Amino acid sequence: MKDAPPIIEFVEIHKDYVTEAVVVRALRGVNLTIRQGEFVAIIGQSGSGKSTMMNIIGCLDRPTRGKYILDGIDVGSRSNDARAIVRNHLIGFVFQGFNLLPRTTALENVELPLVYRGVGAAERRKRALASLNAVGLGARLHHTPNQLSGGQQQRVAIARALVTQPPLLLADEPTGNLDTRTSYEVLDLLQRLNREQGITIVLVTHERDIADCASRVVEMRDGSVRRDIVNERPTDAARALAELPVQDEHGAAS
Amino acid sequence: MNGLFRVFSAIAIAMRAVLRNKLRAALTILGITIGIAAVVTMTALGDGARAKINGQITNLGSNALIVFPQSARASGARTTGGSKLSESDCQALERESTSIKVAVPFLRASAQVVYEGQNAKAEVIGSRIAYLEVRNWKLQSGEPWTVPAENVSEKIAVIGAGTAKDLFGAADPVGRWIRIGRHPYRVLGVLEEKGPSPFGRSQDDVVIMPITTMRSHVRFTRPGETDAIMMSATSPETTDRAKKQAEEILRQRHRIREGDEDDFLIRTQAEFQQMQDSIYGVLSLLLVGIAAVSLVVGGIGVMNIMLVSVTERTREIGIRMAIGAREMDILVQFLVESLVLATLGGIVGTTLGYGAIVGLGAALDLPMKLAPQALAVALGTSTAIGLVFGFFPARRAARMDPVQALGRE
Repeated sequence: MKDAPPIIEFVEIHKDYVTEAVVVRALRGVNLTIRQGEFVAIIGQSGSGKSTMMNIIGCLDRPTRGKYILDGIDVGSRSNDARAIVRNHLIGFVFQGFNLLPRTTALENVELPLVYRGVGAAERRKRALASLNAVGLGARLHHTPNQLSGGQQQRVAIARALVTQPPLLLADEPTGNLDTRTSYEVLDLLQRLNREQGITIVLVTHERDIADCASRVVEMRDGSVRRDIVNERPTDAARALAELPVQDEHGAAS
Repeated sequence: MNGLFRVFSAIAIAMRAVLRNKLRAALTILGITIGIAAVVTMTALGDGARAKINGQITNLGSNALIVFPQSARASGARTTGGSKLSESDCQALERESTSIKVAVPFLRASAQVVYEGQNAKAEVIGSRIAYLEVRNWKLQSGEPWTVPAENVSEKIAVIGAGTAKDLFGAADPVGRWIRIGRHPYRVLGVLEEKGPSPFGRSQDDVVIMPITTMRSHVRFTRPGETDAIMMSATSPETTDRAKKQAEEILRQRHRIREGDEDDFLIRTQAEFQQMQDSIYGVLSLLLVGIAAVSLVVGGIGVMNIMLVSVTERTREIGIRMAIGAREMDILVQFLVESLVLATLGGIVGTTLGYGAIVGLGAALDLPMKLAPQALAVALGTSTAIGLVFGFFPARRAARMDPVQALGRE
């Protein structure tokens, strides 16, 4: 892993927010390198700068100063459209609130990134089907988000993130809206994607036991990296799932 | 290929977004629908009315001229004299002008006409029998009176189709006696139906009698006096020359000095037609103005709803941006949506307008039809409205910051 080429390189990244004469320094010179195939958790309390970090990694926002190289491309200063193309090709997003399009079927949601890549309808359908099968939702293709449980919605979101086969998956509090069991199911899925397909995963969370599933934990405080440690023995989400008390259909522990 | 494909998927997305809010879409397009329906209907109405009027004017006789008396303005002051036209003017015009075929005097009055307890209001016209020739008017039954009858003020008349129907119903009026005031008049003939005049008054509620008869029993004037002179030129081409000659003859007869104003006014049929056209031109302009206002209001309605829609779907815009939509993709998505809305309004409006055309055409007996140009203009206009009024909201959507749109602050 140490020899793998870097996918994310932050060099002295600053981010200032100017609000009515008050300058909020959200990031204060962050240096960070994440290599291909890593599973990194970014942890920190609210206000620590982890969300800002996520926005910049995801090319949703630009750093005020500093250099950000994503997969060999200096993306920090690119135009809006160039960053949109970068997001489409290099990054898969998984959000806390799932962020699926309402009243739109699982299949159509998963197809969406391919629409913006200009992939034809037949090819789109094929790849969306494969992606949904990979997350175990092959039987719920035509359900809309409000017909799916939270866990299922997050799987649709993961399928959507994976359908473009990006090298990087960004997960922002992916388990924030899920119960423990479903959380571990999602984490198990992420671990398997990382292990079996070598997808780099950056997971932002404020929960220590979620972060423990990653093989490296970056702790943020006051806009800086406070600690950056390798987790020698990450929690195996599949095993944690097996150790949870069995639940019946109504969700009550038996 | 790729571009075409993107356009189609954009239209599909827009259609779905529109259909998701059917009631709102219907209310949004209402303004455009009404505007387009108004344009389509009014255009057809204007064209139909104009076509019908032109038909009426032609049947009035395209080489007709009318002389009215006009109080002259000698050295600034208007002299308020009475009628200055006389039957001897008529005779002089007929005799001295090479381009005037017939010139007849014209007296008119409104009167109640009675036949065996049936009452009808009619316009009574006193003239000579050649009046029918000038007006290009034929008898459907009976016969005209003779010149000798004119000279002895015989109590005779020909009546219009409307008056005949009002007084006699289905019976034949020829040979019967109608009464105006205290005097009875024998009906010699019934005129063909002419329909309403360009100004909407019925021309068929009429009783025409010799001017001598009228002068001695219905309207008492000085001998030889006439309200107007009706003339017909020898042909439509000689109308203008006839007008000039009539001017010279009348100026001479009325002893109007060089430089002084005429004490009469001559109008040709062509001039009447021009007046009609300009009236309809103003009317059309007014209607187009009203339609334009309602289309602008409709466009603002579309813009308003699109702004609401953009705000409502901020998160959706954020999601689309996060997964790779470029500014152009978002712009096109919302622009296509407003285009779909506006075009839908145009189509519904055209359909309603077509219905109105069919209904009004039948009700008003006008030759109304949906002109292809009107159809093209209606659909083109609604598309343009969608583009123009959709652009601002679409640009607002496209320029959103993905971080803020996703609510990640």
